[in-house]
Amino acid sequence: MSLIQIILVCLIAAIAGMASVLDEGQLHRPLIVCTLIGLVLGDLKTGVILGGTLEMMALGWMNIGAAMAPDTALASVISTLLVITADQSIGKGIAVAVAVAAAGQVLTIFVRTLTIGLQHRADKYAEEGNIRGIDIMHIIGLSLQALRVLIPTLIVALISVTTVQSLLNSIPEVITKGLQVGGGMVVVVGYAMVINMMAVKYLMPFLFLGFVIAAFTNFNLVALGILGLVAAIIYIQLNPKYHVSAGQNRAAATNGGTVSGNDLDDDLDD
Amino acid sequence: MSEQVKTQDVATNGEKKLTKKDLFSMFIRNNFLLGSFNFERMQAVGFCFSMIPAIKRLYKGDERKKALKRHLEFFNTQPFLAAPIVGVSAAMEEQKANGAPIDDSTISGVKVGLMGPLAGVGDPIFWGTLRPVIGALGASLAITGNIIGPLVFLVFFNILRLATKYYGIQYGYKKGLSVISDLEGNRLQKLTEGASILGLFVMGALVCKWTSINVPVVLAHLTDQTGHKTVTTVQSVLDSLLPGLLPLLLTFFVASLLKKKVNPLWLIFGIFAVGILGYWLKILA
Repeated sequence: MSLIQIILVCLIAAIAGMASVLDEGQLHRPLIVCTLIGLVLGDLKTGVILGGTLEMMALGWMNIGAAMAPDTALASVISTLLVITADQSIGKGIAVAVAVAAAGQVLTIFVRTLTIGLQHRADKYAEEGNIRGIDIMHIIGLSLQALRVLIPTLIVALISVTTVQSLLNSIPEVITKGLQVGGGMVVVVGYAMVINMMAVKYLMPFLFLGFVIAAFTNFNLVALGILGLVAAIIYIQLNPKYHVSAGQNRAAATNGGTVSGNDLDDDLDD
Repeated sequence: MSEQVKTQDVATNGEKKLTKKDLFSMFIRNNFLLGSFNFERMQAVGFCFSMIPAIKRLYKGDERKKALKRHLEFFNTQPFLAAPIVGVSAAMEEQKANGAPIDDSTISGVKVGLMGPLAGVGDPIFWGTLRPVIGALGASLAITGNIIGPLVFLVFFNILRLATKYYGIQYGYKKGLSVISDLEGNRLQKLTEGASILGLFVMGALVCKWTSINVPVVLAHLTDQTGHKTVTTVQSVLDSLLPGLLPLLLTFFVASLLKKKVNPLWLIFGIFAVGILGYWLKILA
């Protein structure tokens, strides 16, 4: 890697670190991070493919309440870095990514505990009416999250390629091939998280509907997505529970009770 | 520009009013809501950070200190749907600054009262449906090396996110406390239920199409009349019954373990261990 490449990789690492705590623009997701690292290292295609592979695995990893997901930012940066610079297979990339995601989760929990101190400093600044102070505390918190990904990335980037290569090449084939097999299955953890979050028993038929349609057709995801949307619209239009409330007691409360069909269109367009 | 001058004129008449620029600046700051997330009060500093343009405009001296303090209280919700709460809080602060009898606990109460229900709506819609669906779409393109994949994900998700946040703040500010009566209607319930249906449907499809489990254990070798050889494996038998049956069963098994509070990381490692073991024993490929 040239010096400029190292700097750019570190920059991406810092942005991914901040994005992973913010969870706003999704610049910490494997699909984006791996692509960017691939771009910088001159192998866009490998970056995109690894990004897609890891994104599928991490589809359902989410931060909800106080629960932390495994760290996709650090995992994506380091795995892409190693796969491209040390010329490794996607399978080894997955292996590295999973190990790093677990380690990264510990790091992010550590930083989120550390920032409690900033919270108390912010309290003090509030007493003094010091707005700038509160702003600075917030920005320091964000910067710590950038460092959380930047520092490990820099360390890995500075290790010589031959060392990494011999280390990764010493992994026996049964492990890497096995990990690739596992990688095909491990996506279900993400699916299961999403399903658990949304599944109420009476909506489960839609899961099976999607499953069976996918099993016996060659529809792509766009087609399946549209079918799912149509199913959702029809379900809500026909569901008597929304008609009772729209027609009667809610009529006075909500804008004089417009026709429920129009309401629904608005809702789904939102 | 002229609008801003106008609002400042109003301000000199004694009434304090937030400008469009204040609201826009709150929208920008709200994009950094989780920056200093911590395990004690979670998004508290971020919420205060979002409110600062309003606090700056409305309060001075001791009143300002009090306002800063009341927005450093515990706060946690789905980050995109924090925007309407920021809007409502701004509207209430504006009224309070103009002498309306609103005390601190009312503002805190409204914030706490809104963050639970909005997280309940936002988590399934954004984390449960939109991100996985758009992410899967992008990833399915990316796996073939297509650069459109990441772009689709980035662009579509962010259009939805920014629109939610931008209009969220405007809506909350305009509606003020009447947002609460909107929440009581069934619009949000419809939206959540619709999103859940879409999410479950797509998850069902993903379980089938994008999970690979292959059991290549050979059951029989057959040679038909033409001398053509066919090999029957466990997998080919399963596929002729219902493609994707094993992934579906595995998904339900994992889901039930997750419900029992098993750490997802252990499940991930466990599945990799099964993959290695299965490959070694030649029952998985």
